[in-house]
Amino acid sequence: METTTVNSNFKSEEYFINMGPQHPATHGVLRLILTIDGEIIKKVDPDLGYIHRSIEKMCERDSYQQIVHLTDRMDYLSSHINNEAVCLTVENALELEVPDRVKVIRTIIGELTRIASHCLWWGVSGMDVGALTTYFYGFRDREMINDIFEETCGARLTMNYNIPGGLMYDIHPNFIKRTKEFVAHFKTKIPEYDRLLTGNVIFQKRMKGVGILTKEDAISFGASGPVGRGSGFSCDVRKHHPYSALDKVTFNEALKTEGDSLARYEVRIQEMWESLSIIEQLIDNIPEGEYKVATKAVIKLPKGEYYQKVEAARGELGVYIISTGTKNPYRLKFRSPGFSNLSLLNHIAVGGKIGDLVATMATLDIVVPDIDR
Amino acid sequence: MTDKINTMYIALSITKNIHDWLFSVMPEGAASIVEMVLIALVYLAVFAVAGLYLVLLERKVAAWFQLRIGPNRVGFWGLLQTMADALKLVSKELTGTVKADKFLYNLAPYFVIVSSLMALAVFPFTKEFQAFDINIGIFFLIAISSIGVIGILLGGWASNNKFALIGAMRSGVQTISYELSVGLSLLTMILITGSLQLSEIVEVQKSGWLIVQGHIPAIIAFMIYMIAGTAETNRAPFDMVEAESELGAGFHTEYSGMKFAYFFLAEFINMFIIAAIATTIFFGAWLSPFGITESIPWLGVFWFLGKTLVLVFLMMWFRWTFPRLRIDQLLTLEWKYLLPINLINIVIMAIIVWLKLTIQF
Repeated sequence: METTTVNSNFKSEEYFINMGPQHPATHGVLRLILTIDGEIIKKVDPDLGYIHRSIEKMCERDSYQQIVHLTDRMDYLSSHINNEAVCLTVENALELEVPDRVKVIRTIIGELTRIASHCLWWGVSGMDVGALTTYFYGFRDREMINDIFEETCGARLTMNYNIPGGLMYDIHPNFIKRTKEFVAHFKTKIPEYDRLLTGNVIFQKRMKGVGILTKEDAISFGASGPVGRGSGFSCDVRKHHPYSALDKVTFNEALKTEGDSLARYEVRIQEMWESLSIIEQLIDNIPEGEYKVATKAVIKLPKGEYYQKVEAARGELGVYIISTGTKNPYRLKFRSPGFSNLSLLNHIAVGGKIGDLVATMATLDIVVPDIDR
Repeated sequence: MTDKINTMYIALSITKNIHDWLFSVMPEGAASIVEMVLIALVYLAVFAVAGLYLVLLERKVAAWFQLRIGPNRVGFWGLLQTMADALKLVSKELTGTVKADKFLYNLAPYFVIVSSLMALAVFPFTKEFQAFDINIGIFFLIAISSIGVIGILLGGWASNNKFALIGAMRSGVQTISYELSVGLSLLTMILITGSLQLSEIVEVQKSGWLIVQGHIPAIIAFMIYMIAGTAETNRAPFDMVEAESELGAGFHTEYSGMKFAYFFLAEFINMFIIAAIATTIFFGAWLSPFGITESIPWLGVFWFLGKTLVLVFLMMWFRWTFPRLRIDQLLTLEWKYLLPINLINIVIMAIIVWLKLTIQF
């Protein structure tokens, strides 16, 4: 049969469609070049670069204190954890021991950040499958966390609370009380999430058996965070390489073996419970002491290569610094969770419908500035 | 109460006076045409405003479900908000795509809005207040409501946009499938009434609303009707046609200004129509429960609108609670579940009517 198309990449019955850079489902300026046969996805080709700000290059220009502020703008939903990753790398390189108080506060705020991020994810993933109401429920609870952050450090999103050597300020006197209030409030709200969305027949049908990622594929694509754990790949950095105060607490790693969208969804819901438990264990035991140790005004890392990984809300965030002994890094590389999680989208979305692609992307929890630094 | 009855008779006498005056000043044929035009204008005005207020109701209901307040700035309690929106849309520039098929592109919104306004003509709002009482009322409603999809298909096809085209194709598939269920579930009830004329269907219900008369099969038919009716109006959880997280805005992606407003208004009038059909067929139209206000016939309008609004609220409740189905699940639901259940239900209903097992007061 003769085909009428000039471009030989397409069969005559296939066509391509641009999903993005401005599209409600891509949560930012991500462009997906879809090859579609009717409703069925034949190929997904993510096209990046629409929000590239060359953060890694800017890091080579900046001092280590300044680099912390740039990391806020990567995965803006887990900004505190990003800050922490850079600070931990610098502190390890300097062999600087931070006070226990700093470690505990960092962990508590890190877990609050994780919950806030998962709240937002829950809201928008509901919206992606068409349940618009979830968005507002997720944001109601995230707002309480943002208020705590605002009182603590003055910022709600781009926190900048960490500095190499400790924290920028001590916690606000209300911090403990308000965090406890939030924990009590949120414990009643996760069951509400389940009643509203998780148990819904349509939602289950949309999620179950869709976008299946096997454990082997998860490992070979470098999946991390809830995406990897939804496939049974035990990859929680907090468990395997504890940092800050995470070695003092007990928690379970949320693991599911199904590997479908529903498994990734349930892992995140489970993670919210685990984060609550971590906060509860630490909130009454914040040690007294200094909130930072003094560092030199100009930090110079000793010559060498340093790597530190932390568990951000979306997975493993790695910071790799090559220093030549000057006040800026010679090269700084972020290993961001979103990039490797996005890379497996083509693998798991092919063969599904357009609706499946959107639902799958929702459970990958993509934040574009994190992918496109 | 007698005052109100008097005002009602005055209102009726005004229309009667106009009727008499028209027939006295011009020949019979011309007078009827002028009268028809007048009635049509009144319907247009009333339902354009009613559609706008349904939009406002939807926004308020959505806000209540979503921990928000909703529109509350324009007018008292936001009552003028949708009026302001409509004015804005009227004043907006009509943009279009260069490569669009101009004629079909411009024609599509009128198909949608005209078909939904036409359907309104046959509803018995109360005993005297029915513009067009034809003997095939139900058939007319089903036929007219199918025309709207042609507008959607045209709009999607003529915009020369792939997202719009996917939306339009989905719409075609969906409407053709779910029309079967709408038709068959109404047919189930026709077995009891034995007439397609809406006024006669209401007469039959004086001895009990059809949902009571037909008991179990009628309730099944009502549930199927509400599911299929929601799908017919392309509302969530069946909003495959728009599916904003998948297709942007679906078939009306390329429409702006008043042409978009026609699509938007038609969606809400269609919702009203689906609820009004359900009210007429299942819940006794303008009849009051147990005939408590039978002595005051004009209250029928309030009963009709009240019952309709409850059903409209039910559809809004669906929309703001459920996630969206996928296109194949949508078709599975219709062809594998609703349609077979419906066919069996008709047979059961036929047996019940034949054996005279209906409940009548």
